[in-house]
Amino acid sequence: MLRLPQLRVATPDDLDDALALLRTPGARVVAGGTDILPNLKHRLDRPPLLVSLSRVGALRTIVRDQTAGVLRIGAGVTLTELSEHPDVRAFFPSLADAAGRVASPLIRNMGTIGGNINLDTRCRYVNQTEFWRSAIGGCLKSEGSVCHVVPGGRNCVAAMSSDCVPVLISLDGALLLRTADGQREIPLDAYYQADGTNHTVRGADELTTEIRVPWPGRPRRTGYSKWSVRKSIDFPLVSVALRFDLERDASNAPIVGLRVVVGVLGARPREVTRLDDLLGVPLDDPKVARAVADRVHQQCKPLGNVPYEAPYRREMLRVHTRRAIEALVSAR
Amino acid sequence: MADDARTPVPPVTATWQLGKAHRKVDAMERMRGVTRYTDDLKLPGMLHGKIKRSPHAHARIVAIDATRALAMPGVFGVVTGRDFPTPYGIIPWTPDETALALEKALFVGDGVAAVAAVDEDTAIAACDAISIEYEVLPALFDPVASLAASATNPINPFSKHGNLSKEVLLEFGDIDGGLAAADLVIEADYFFEGTTHAAIEPHCALAHVEPSGLVTVWSATQVSHYLHRELAKVLGIAAHRLRVIQPPLGGAFGGKSEPFDLEFCVAKLAMVTGRPVKILYTREEVFYAHRGRHPMQMHYRTGFAADGRILAMDARTVIDGGAYSSFGLVTTYYSGQLACSPYVMGAYRFHSTRAYTNKPGCGPKRGHGSVQPRFATEVQLDKAAVALGIDPIELRRRNDLGADARTVNEFRIGSNGFLECLRRVEVASGWRERRAQLPYGRGLGVAGSTYICGTNYPIYPNAMPQAAVQICLDRSGRARVFSGANDIGQGSNTMLAVIVGEELGLALEDIRVLSADTDLTPVDLGAYSSRITLMVGNACLEAARKLRERVTTAVAQRWGVPRHRISLVERKAIDREDPEQRVDIAQAFQWAEEDHGLLGEVGSYNTPKDRHGDYRGGTIGASPAYSFTAHVAEVDVDRETGVVEVTTIWVAHDCGRALSRKIVEGQMEGSAYMGFAEALMEQHIVDPGHGGVHTGPNLLDYRIPTFLDTPELKALIVEAPDPNGPYGAKEAGEGPLHPSIPAIANAIYDAVGVRIDTLPFSPPKVLRALQTRAAAEARGELPPHKRATAGGAG
Repeated sequence: MLRLPQLRVATPDDLDDALALLRTPGARVVAGGTDILPNLKHRLDRPPLLVSLSRVGALRTIVRDQTAGVLRIGAGVTLTELSEHPDVRAFFPSLADAAGRVASPLIRNMGTIGGNINLDTRCRYVNQTEFWRSAIGGCLKSEGSVCHVVPGGRNCVAAMSSDCVPVLISLDGALLLRTADGQREIPLDAYYQADGTNHTVRGADELTTEIRVPWPGRPRRTGYSKWSVRKSIDFPLVSVALRFDLERDASNAPIVGLRVVVGVLGARPREVTRLDDLLGVPLDDPKVARAVADRVHQQCKPLGNVPYEAPYRREMLRVHTRRAIEALVSAR
Repeated sequence: MADDARTPVPPVTATWQLGKAHRKVDAMERMRGVTRYTDDLKLPGMLHGKIKRSPHAHARIVAIDATRALAMPGVFGVVTGRDFPTPYGIIPWTPDETALALEKALFVGDGVAAVAAVDEDTAIAACDAISIEYEVLPALFDPVASLAASATNPINPFSKHGNLSKEVLLEFGDIDGGLAAADLVIEADYFFEGTTHAAIEPHCALAHVEPSGLVTVWSATQVSHYLHRELAKVLGIAAHRLRVIQPPLGGAFGGKSEPFDLEFCVAKLAMVTGRPVKILYTREEVFYAHRGRHPMQMHYRTGFAADGRILAMDARTVIDGGAYSSFGLVTTYYSGQLACSPYVMGAYRFHSTRAYTNKPGCGPKRGHGSVQPRFATEVQLDKAAVALGIDPIELRRRNDLGADARTVNEFRIGSNGFLECLRRVEVASGWRERRAQLPYGRGLGVAGSTYICGTNYPIYPNAMPQAAVQICLDRSGRARVFSGANDIGQGSNTMLAVIVGEELGLALEDIRVLSADTDLTPVDLGAYSSRITLMVGNACLEAARKLRERVTTAVAQRWGVPRHRISLVERKAIDREDPEQRVDIAQAFQWAEEDHGLLGEVGSYNTPKDRHGDYRGGTIGASPAYSFTAHVAEVDVDRETGVVEVTTIWVAHDCGRALSRKIVEGQMEGSAYMGFAEALMEQHIVDPGHGGVHTGPNLLDYRIPTFLDTPELKALIVEAPDPNGPYGAKEAGEGPLHPSIPAIANAIYDAVGVRIDTLPFSPPKVLRALQTRAAAEARGELPPHKRATAGGAG
């Protein structure tokens, strides 16, 4: 078995203590541990201190905030809880679906939504043991100075591989970051940046405490399309979140707004643009599915950072996007 | 006598134990999580070992400096290849490995030095502190390129023929004439990607030196006897000073069937430090230890008569062996020798060449050496069936060898349930009614196969029995069975208990099977080549029948009736003609002990020597009996994504006689699953573009299917009892894997009209083939397959 490095673990009883501990330079947070512990075993980080949230109860609720018109999801809510929550299933079905398709049941029982949002970027040349990486001389994200995915590349393109992030962006989600001194809210579409070694704007002492998703203001259809080789365990190889706001609650209603967000490309999820011509078109018009799929295909260029040939995955983005929209149309 | 033991009992309408759905003797401990695997063993003062491995695929070791490591607090010892330089190998003719690299590292992950320290972290730190100076050499990853570079860049320093590991050319009958006379010749290239075993328990070994000097090694091995021999040789100590114990195993599948570096290292480090030493492989190290299925490039020409008869088969195979020989000599023979059944062939030739490459060594994985040629052989038959317009099941029937037959390469076949296997899968799958009706995208495919029940000759030449069992009865009404056989999860301990229970009227819980301990149990050669049920079962049956005779004699004397009237069943001795006359089995054992003294008997088994032809290599692949299998696979192919969903596999397997029904079914399902996994997902490959690193030595990147991915598996037991098997039993652990892969390939063709002749049938590959066919259809070169509709399928 791979060993964890020797490190100090603090188990604060409340949030304030946790935030104070996070000021320790290099400290990292551990909640479910399903991402950071394997990464530590792979020696991808050597934090002097792990701040465990295991005793911090405050982050584990899902609250419907009528005044603010948002669903407030505590960062410590597990993926299982999120996927099974009645409000999430009824009003945010694409989020319930994405959360319920992360990895495997056991991992979802441990892993939290806060952890999933902050999931470190992944790459076939990075998420291996230290020994393995030493055999290829490391890379931009580990011990080296080259990129094995983009030869000559100076920018790490490790893939944002969260299932939930594209969906939350498509739902206009935001997250709350707290420090010992204060807090700020950042829309999720502004949270990520195109650098696989540092792919969020979160400060070192900031803790994700809450995810806020606006309550649906009008009828809509949302969906999440994931394809992976196996039907469980695997990270997505194709990951597309879809949201169509509709004039009325029917699949033949005209589209009045739409967001399409794609994951597992580079370090940052990509929002598909130039979709305005579909406004006013009924969702069930076959050209919608075709046009969205084509634009996803045009704008998204998978890389060799995860398994399977990039051209195949690019072609599959088109197929799975189209099918997901067809499924939205035919549902109910 | 063994002859007596091999005579199948007359058909019995009801038996006490045979063919029941037993719970395995170790099932409850396993289910409750209290089984003590090797890694669960802890000894006072135990040190933890770690092996430092080469990051280079091919490198000369210029210098090793362990000074810093040895100076670290908590480090007790360091060993390198120089400490035990004797080469070893599971096949006595090809010793080409040393416990740790001597002068060169031969692949990324090859062991170079080992340390023992107070704990694992210290051992890891000590490994990091060992500095090794390498001179990096050009690495060879392709077997053809490697053979060409034999003179300039030989890989394995012990090899006698450069990068040629083994070459076999055998010819039976007039192959050229057969091909010339054929109405149809199918010629194609196939490629079988390498795969590994992925047993859930990683290899683990623990060694302890007694003050007397006795070295005990506990190891997760499936060949404790061979390990005992090789340890004695490499460590330079006498056999009597060495004891090997195999604790319960968490899977093996062939991946633990030869000695590995950790076993030598723990023993040597324990001798050096005077303290117990344990090493547990990481998952990554399991991938480097490997010995999995060889990649094979296969060029096949098969000639058929218009009525579907096979007139000739010609196979040219290049085998990628990796850095070591392992079982490669046998693999090279098996790649050709095991392809001649279950079909009659007019003539046959195979030419197989195994090459060294700078990769983890390949070896035996479930269905050793014959799963790859079976893929080629059965797809060739399917192509012929299509070309000749013959139903693929019917074509196989027309070529059936039958029972008591002789193959073209002169193996003698005993019982043969292949036709019944075909019939069962044909009926169960609804082949006749459904196959023509299935729409585009869905299809059925069939394949057949055969496998050995042990090898006729042991790995090292000797005329002694291949298997032996010792049984001791106890006045409390129980039995102890001493067997050297390795229960690797296949249930061999349960099989022995079933035989003893059947013969002596005991329940399975009355029987303690003590296995695989070289101090306590008779020699057995181990768990490989599906030998245990037939060979060890026969040995056990012989010993059990001797004891039954003693017990029934004692009872018959007490009752004044002839011995044949005494039955031992249901923990009782019963007078068959006067069933009211009965005693508890404990009383019966006590009478026998009064008459005979301690009730102990031995049985042994050796193979009949008339099973093969009289030519060089003719003994390799010869077996006392052969199992037969047929699969029908049903697939659903997604035309737009190339994703192949295998929905159902019907597995009919002739196991001779099912001694324990659930275990046989479990082996059939597990085998079909494993083949399916290789067909669709698994790839044990290295990346030549990155110095030959394994592409993902972990169970996230090396994908074995989950429950959700796994097809419905329908096990259909067929019983054609073989005179050489105990009660007629043959193997069930490996044979049922073989047809999975070609059956799926043939089903894909039936579904969408494309041939995927290389493994695995991954979505990108299938999609490319679909696009190529669609283009050919668009050009009018091919008719639409099953009248494909525009809406897609799947």
